This record gives sequence, structure tokens and C-alpha cells, in this order.
Amino acid sequence: MAKTLTVSKRRNTIGGTKHTVLSILATVFFLGLSLIIAFPLFAGLLASFRPGRELIRKGLSIDLDFSTMTLDNYIYLFGGNGGKQDSSKYFMWFKNSLLLTLITVVGTLLICYFVAYGLSMYDFKLKNLLFFLVIATMMVPFEILMLPLYQEIINLKLIDTTWGVILPGLCAAGTIFFFRQYMQGLPKELLDAGRIDGANEYRICVQIMMPITKPAFASMAILCAMGAWNNLLWPMLVYRSSNKFTLPIGLNTLLTPYGNNYDVLIAGSMFSILPVLVVFLIFQKYLIDGMTAGAVKG
Amino acid sequence: MEKKKKGNVFSHFLYSQKTAPYVFVLPFLLSFAIFWIYPMISTVIMSFQNVKPAGAEWVGFDNYAKLLKDSVFHQAVGNSVLYMVLTLVLLIPFPMLWAVLIDSNLVKAKGVWKAILYIPALTSVVISGTLFRLMFSEYKTGFMNQVLEFFGQSPIKWLKMYPTAYFALLLLCCWRWTGVNMLYFLSGLKNIDPALYESADIDGASAWQKFRYVTIPLLKPTIIYVLTISVYAGLAMFLESFMLWAGNSSPKNIGLTIVGYLYKRGIEKNQMGYASAVGLVLLVVALAINMVQLVATGTFKKEEK
Repeated sequence: MAKTLTVSKRRNTIGGTKHTVLSILATVFFLGLSLIIAFPLFAGLLASFRPGRELIRKGLSIDLDFSTMTLDNYIYLFGGNGGKQDSSKYFMWFKNSLLLTLITVVGTLLICYFVAYGLSMYDFKLKNLLFFLVIATMMVPFEILMLPLYQEIINLKLIDTTWGVILPGLCAAGTIFFFRQYMQGLPKELLDAGRIDGANEYRICVQIMMPITKPAFASMAILCAMGAWNNLLWPMLVYRSSNKFTLPIGLNTLLTPYGNNYDVLIAGSMFSILPVLVVFLIFQKYLIDGMTAGAVKG
Repeated sequence: MEKKKKGNVFSHFLYSQKTAPYVFVLPFLLSFAIFWIYPMISTVIMSFQNVKPAGAEWVGFDNYAKLLKDSVFHQAVGNSVLYMVLTLVLLIPFPMLWAVLIDSNLVKAKGVWKAILYIPALTSVVISGTLFRLMFSEYKTGFMNQVLEFFGQSPIKWLKMYPTAYFALLLLCCWRWTGVNMLYFLSGLKNIDPALYESADIDGASAWQKFRYVTIPLLKPTIIYVLTISVYAGLAMFLESFMLWAGNSSPKNIGLTIVGYLYKRGIEKNQMGYASAVGLVLLVVALAINMVQLVATGTFKKEEK
């Protein structure tokens, strides 16, 4: 960082005005790109305040006509009936999504941590083979296993249960890989120190090593939570009853062949981004660390 | 007394340094056997069967022979491969350029742009698909048709024709993944030693020469990583099309992908055998493309050294 700064300083002295012009151009370019990228979401946000009829008439557009805007869609989402007959299931889906995300994150992180701990802290016969298998599972897209897994879940009588949604993904290869990379860099002497103090292998793992792996936990928690919150394909196959649906499935069912409830769908979509957005803005750094870990080492 | 002794032997075994690693990796072994090897084998077996509710019947290579003659499947493969190639063209060079720009000292307020470009990746495909479907609606009031009107063109049915439907699909894909790929490249750029640029400066290298001879070679691991995941994601694309056309059917199948076809045959028509064959063709194609790519970029050679 400091070194690139000296480079730019040197450039400043050589061609100060040229640098300034380029700098303005580059910044304006990113401003424009950001505006384009933000447009669909901004238009969606505006649309979420429009009544259904207005929404279909105007579609997605930047139209700041406040006179037609209303909070009705949001009131309806959270149980007020806003002029419509049946009450909304949105709140239930929201709760289901929160619960599923929580269970998935806690379960996945703990299990992947233990597996990665075994793979990185010990030398044993099957170690390399097992690590190869972890990589191999990453080479096969989930979509190929989706059908046989679906059938297996039916046979195991786990269909329409949260176990059915969570179990197949609990040992996430990517998460194991990340934890292993992180722990390779930790001093193994800590294990021996623990052993001398009389702690058994499992206590060392939980009480000594887990606290110093915290940054890795933070990164993986964010990444895993976002994945679980937005996951559609697998939960859509497993869940059958609408009172178990998560947000993405529930929102998707609002699009029926008999007239689309775009007003509620858009308002519900916009509101469902909110928690992810807040988490992202707070923990951005951890998310980026977790995400890009594989991209650098190749 | 007897029982306690037995318990001690067991716990001694469980707590020994030799056993512990196996206990730690046990969840992976179980999950690998139950949720990976088993479905993998069962899908290979099913691909040689005609699976009916009453039981399965062996049909040899019939499913694969049928795939060779299935024009809808050919269209799906064509769509997926085209989509994959176009996403590679759009989602590798451009995010890389943006990353280089952000990494240079030219751009102000970098953090803001990085965050905004990443935000679309936070939305679930249900939301992004719905927003884009509304934007590309065929009505005169749809946003894209308003844009056309602004330029004096008449409205078109975006999602019902090949080039425009692909335009929508690719725009959706770029919208969601540009920021993500940019972050990959940024983290790759951070790992390049700034001293290399300084010595290039001393040698009087131009900005383009520095990019061509320092940045690109040193970004290679990142490029290969992004290439690999993009090949997989492109070939296995399904939900984007599923959401853009509000269901798994599009006019004349213009949005049908390999996984979409697998879903249609397996889930909607309950033809598990035929759908398994579709899935295995996808697996072979994906592995083959990645092998070619990894050999071509010399990833294996590096390991030999």
C-alpha cells in the first residue's frame, strides 16, 4: 500500500494535471457504473410503494410521483390486510428463513471446523486421500446430484423437513477447505502445550484452537449465512407445505399462473434484502476475506 | 466393575492421539458416503434404467441413445454452452479491468464503488429475476421498452426472441456477478509485490506494458480460479432462466438450459432415468472443459515442478 503511494506521488510531480484529469474520469466512470448497477434495486424500492394496478401500468421506472405511493404493500406483508382478503404468510416465511439460516450456519461451521481440524492438525494415513476427496466433491456441481439426492431424501422420509434441507449440505467442501487453509498457518506447538497441561485432544480442539480460529469463523459465518438466506433450489425441492417455506420459495409462489401479485412480491423482496444488506455493510471485510481465499492461492 | 473397565478401554481409545483425527473427520466420511457417493452411484445406475413407480427396468444405453436424437436436449446444450462462453467473455476481462482501475490510485471513494457493485450478489435469484423480468416486460411501459421509445424505436417482446432474451439473461448475470469477480481480482492484485511495479517504472515501462507483463502473469492463479468457477456456473445455470421466464418453460425453449431440462424430465415428468443421463452428460462436459482449460493454462505443469 505504502509503496503504491510513493509511485503515485512521483507521478503527481511529473504530470500532476494529467493525473488529476484521469482520476476524475475514472471516478466518474465508477459513479456511472454504480448508478446503473443500483438502478434495478432503486426502481424496485420505488415500485414497492405503489399499489398493484399502478405497478403493472408503470412497470419498473424512476417515477417520483409521491401522490400514488402508499405503505399498503408493507402493511399487508406484516399481517395487516391492506384491503386484501387473505392474510399474508410473509412473516412466517421470514421467521422460517431466519431459523433455517441460523441452524445451517451453526451446524455447518462446527462440523466443517472439526473436519478441517482433523485434516490440518494431525498426520495420519488417510489424510491426503481425504483432502483429495474434499476437493473432488467441489468438482461436481450440485445440480447433478440434485435428483438422486431428492429421491434419497424421500426414501429417508426426510422430505418436507428441515433436516432434509440441511443435512446434505452440512459438510460443505468449500468451508472445510477454507478452515484448513487458515489452520495450516497456526502453530501446532499449541497442541503439545495443551497435552502437557493434561487436556485431551477434544478439549484442545475446542478450548485452545477454536478461539484463535475466530476470524475464519467470522468469514465463513457471513458467507454461509448469505448462502442459506438466499438458497432456493434445494429448499424448494424438499419443502412441500407452505407454512415451512423460506422467503425465496414463498416469494416465488406469489407468481401464480392466475395473476401475479407483483405488488406484494416486490415489497416482500425489498424487505428481504434488508437483513443481508445490514450484515454485509457491517461485516464486509470478513465476507471478502472468506470469499477470496481460494482465488489467490489458486 | 467389569463395565467400568471396558468403558476405560473405550475412552482411552477414543481420547488417544491416534484415534482423534479419525473422530474429527468422521462427519465428512459419513456425509461423503451418504450424500455424495451414494447419490452419485445411484444416478449412474438410474441412467441405464427406465425408472417407474413399480420398479426399475434395465434398458442399457437406451437413455443415452435417446439423448443423441433429442432435439430439445441439443437446444438446451447449445443454450448452456453459448451462455457459458458469453459469460466468460463478459465476466472475466471487464471485472479484471475494473479491479485494476480501482486498485490504481486514480479512483476516489473506492470502498463505496466496491460495496455498490457487490450489492446485487446479496439478492436472491428470485428477487433479481423478478426485477429483470419487470424491466424487460413486453408492455410499452416496461423500462427497456421506454428506453427504446426514448431513442425512437417501437417496443419489442424482449423475452420471446433469441438475441434480446439472451441480452436480458446476460445482463442479469453481469449485474449479479461483476462485483463478485471484481473482488476476486482485487484480492489477486493485492498479492502482487508493489516493488515489481516500481522496478518496471524505473525501466520506463508504460501503463499498458506494466499491465501486460506484470499484472496479467501474476494474476494467473486468480484468472484460472475465476475461469473454473465460471465454466461450472455457466454450464449449470438454471435458476436465472427459471426466474426470468417465471417457471421452467420459455417460448420455443429459448431459455432452456441443461439443468432446466434435467429438472423438467426428472422433477416435472418424473423420468429419473432419462434425467440422470442428462446430468451425467453435463458432468462429463463440465469436467472435460475444465481439464482442457487446466492443461491449456499449464496448471498441472506447475505442480510437476
